[in-house]
Amino acid sequence: MKIQMTLNGKLTTAVIEPDMLLLDLLREKGCYSVKRGCETSNCGLCTVWMNGKPVLSCSVLAARADGAEITTLEGLQEEAAEVGAFLAAEGADQCGFCSPGLIMNVLAMERELSDPSYEEILEYLSENLCRCTGYMSQMRAIEAYLNRKKEG
Amino acid sequence: MFRVKEYVRAESLETAYQLNQKRSNVLLGGMMWLKMGRNYKAAAIDLSGLGLDTIQEDEEAFSIGCMCSLRQLEVHPGLNQYFDGVFRECTRSIVGVQFRNGATVGGSVFGRYGFSDVLTCLLMLDTSVELYKGGIVPLTEFVEMPYDRDILVRVIVKKDGRKAAYTSQRRSKTDFPLIACGVAKKEDQWYVTVGARPAKAALAVLPAGAPADRLALEAAERFSYGDNMRGSGEYRKHLAGVCIRRLMEQLNGEEA
Repeated sequence: MKIQMTLNGKLTTAVIEPDMLLLDLLREKGCYSVKRGCETSNCGLCTVWMNGKPVLSCSVLAARADGAEITTLEGLQEEAAEVGAFLAAEGADQCGFCSPGLIMNVLAMERELSDPSYEEILEYLSENLCRCTGYMSQMRAIEAYLNRKKEG
Repeated sequence: MFRVKEYVRAESLETAYQLNQKRSNVLLGGMMWLKMGRNYKAAAIDLSGLGLDTIQEDEEAFSIGCMCSLRQLEVHPGLNQYFDGVFRECTRSIVGVQFRNGATVGGSVFGRYGFSDVLTCLLMLDTSVELYKGGIVPLTEFVEMPYDRDILVRVIVKKDGRKAAYTSQRRSKTDFPLIACGVAKKEDQWYVTVGARPAKAALAVLPAGAPADRLALEAAERFSYGDNMRGSGEYRKHLAGVCIRRLMEQLNGEEA
């Protein structure tokens, strides 16, 4: 079947199998920031935005993206690099495999919540698993990132 | 792994219903659970083009479309203001924001899952489901009905003045609940629901008046409990008693 979506601001068409996952389609389209992790809807590695909301691309049929606006890290490079710099400054990137999914969700949170508390940040990011950092350095980096405008 | 030969975005509920009569076809909700099994289906029927993804409020009730996400329940100001934040409380521990943006209310309720926070919460309120062919059925009846090929179109929660509170116990924050409890109070009655026993949620109605500690134990006795890898039936029963008492005290405190 043929679908048409807006991928990172560009109208994109694709011929897909009915049971193809959005994750596989995005990687086929060159969006390698989208990672295959647990495939049980738990780890957040495959986070992308669908119509502006963070979703797990491993749990969405590509067919459902027909007519939708899909955003991956590749479409948010400047903002992503800024978050990435804060992660690096705190040593919170380590192996880096979870970083694209985490950054996508941090940017979604920044748009959705104004001035979130520590608890609200933890809750919003609870589905972004990391097996390197133990989360403390990530939390320091994310708080610093969110506070950058206040302090600037 | 979930495999399907054909994807159909339904143009009407009637089309979806007709397609869904074939056992080899499947109706898609958020497909979070569906994709976890080994399923090979002829057609996946998608309701996402039918405008069933809104929560509507009037003077008497909230009407929640089956394709609403759990995240919509969590952040809906009207629902959470009227029911003291129970919808936020019952959804916020379900995996994560991305998961809740995908999982649907229809999928959660129709599935009548033994681990469902959402079913446990809805059951303590005056809730009905609207089935495409079956019409409007109280949720208490629907929970006991056998699975069929009808379509759950929306969930209706009446504004009947119940004060409600919800809690769950989990081994880790985003895991399935070990026990899930809801308590609502209206005039002289308590509505107590316990889910994740690990069976699907059930309701007990008790007259108010007795002290919360006694009523909570009496309520906990009304349910059956089972063992699984998360805990024993005995442990669950003990937790249920504690959770119900705390919720009753919370509601009594709010009323004082």
